Amino acid sequence: MNPITPIINGLSITLKHLFMKPVTLQYPDERPKVAARFRGLHALNVSHNKAKCVACYLCPTVCPAKCITVEAGEDDNHDKYAAKYEIDMLRCIFCGYCVEACPVDAIRMTGEFELANYHRKDFIYNKERLLEKK
Amino acid sequence: MGIEILGLPMMYYIVMVVKVLVAFVFVLLTVAYATYAERKIIGHMQVRLGPMRTGWHGLLQPIADGVKLFFKEEIVPSQASAFAFLVAPLIALVPAFITFAVIPFGGTIELFGYKIPLQVAAYYDTTAGQVFDVNVGVLYILAMSSLGVYGIVLAGWASNSKYSLMGGLRASAQMISYELSAGLSIIAVFMLSGTLSLTKIVELQSGFGGFEWYLFKQPLAAFMFFVCSLAEINRTPFDLPEAETELVSGFCTEYSSMKYAMFFMAEYANMVTVCALTATLFLGGWNGPFAVAVPLLGPVYFVAKVYFLMFFCMWIRATVPRYRYDQLMHLGWKVFIPLALVNIVITGIIGYFI
Repeated sequence: MNPITPIINGLSITLKHLFMKPVTLQYPDERPKVAARFRGLHALNVSHNKAKCVACYLCPTVCPAKCITVEAGEDDNHDKYAAKYEIDMLRCIFCGYCVEACPVDAIRMTGEFELANYHRKDFIYNKERLLEKK
Repeated sequence: MGIEILGLPMMYYIVMVVKVLVAFVFVLLTVAYATYAERKIIGHMQVRLGPMRTGWHGLLQPIADGVKLFFKEEIVPSQASAFAFLVAPLIALVPAFITFAVIPFGGTIELFGYKIPLQVAAYYDTTAGQVFDVNVGVLYILAMSSLGVYGIVLAGWASNSKYSLMGGLRASAQMISYELSAGLSIIAVFMLSGTLSLTKIVELQSGFGGFEWYLFKQPLAAFMFFVCSLAEINRTPFDLPEAETELVSGFCTEYSSMKYAMFFMAEYANMVTVCALTATLFLGGWNGPFAVAVPLLGPVYFVAKVYFLMFFCMWIRATVPRYRYDQLMHLGWKVFIPLALVNIVITGIIGYFI
């Protein structure tokens, strides 16, 4: 086969690409557009100034990575609530099963994806830190 | 001012030194920014951005790279042959730069009352009223470019590492075989020009408004010379001596710091020289419209041609994958050398009858 034609075809393709808009995202300066259903950091939903969670233990049960720790407590109205709600982000696989399992829509996932930290203990998100993400 | 050396005033020598320095610094800057241009151009051809973070659009990248390499640790492997290991980058670098001495990059300009030919190794004889340069300029370039291979072979051998040795051996085999076909392909040009002096060759191409290029008379020779030169200076698609996939980094595997940078500078300086030589031999050198009337246009045309050819090198690099070793040897010995010989014969026959 004629060896010159493929090279010329290739050169024309690379020349066309030279004038295309680069797809690179200048990350720290430009932020990516996070999709609406992106599964990032968890957040506990709030209703009437308190977490909606009723400590039903469905999320730690369904969690395949066993990263959720819930302890139930009783508040002044004798309602069950999560006295302790911790997610270990080092174990979490961001599958979203906890969100699917929740019967009271108390947990959701946000677009937050920058979860790097300096210490192991900082990866364990307690109830306050999860609530902060409104 | 009153001092005279060999019958010529001091000022003349100062002007000559300034010419050499300007040319050298220009080549050096071109070499530095060729790395940047290459990364940028290949980046955009791959729909990326290339360097962006050092300076505006990464413009300070070559300087940052230089500073980084300068402050890196000098490593000489314990089993290496230390002297050869240290001297090899110099042997690669020096011929790459001194080949530029005989390439004319402009016509004759007048400065402080002296006529200065824009070519490092040339002078204007006032009594004869013409420019004298190295009358075997092309031979000099071919000789120097074949010296460059010693640096690479020596680097490969002195490193005492199998990857380096393989890279060095490949480099020598490749450079020697492609030198033959590169040399043979430009013989056709000398048959037309009848001289080896680059100044004369450029003058011969000045007709027809600066467009009487040997590219149009010898298209096959131009193509073969450019491709063989790419192979001779180890550019892609013939960069087998430093094929990362097989040989880590080829002959410069064991090199670090400034010595590594010198190999890179040699590679890019070779690219500049080869592009300058191709521009001189086939694209009319510094010729162009009004280049004789306005002497300062000469260097502009020359630089434009050289930069276009360098862009073409980078364009090829972004397009063509690396050749296999047997394909490379096949192309060199069984395709280019016969083609070059046939080209010489045809040029001879046509030259005999015209």
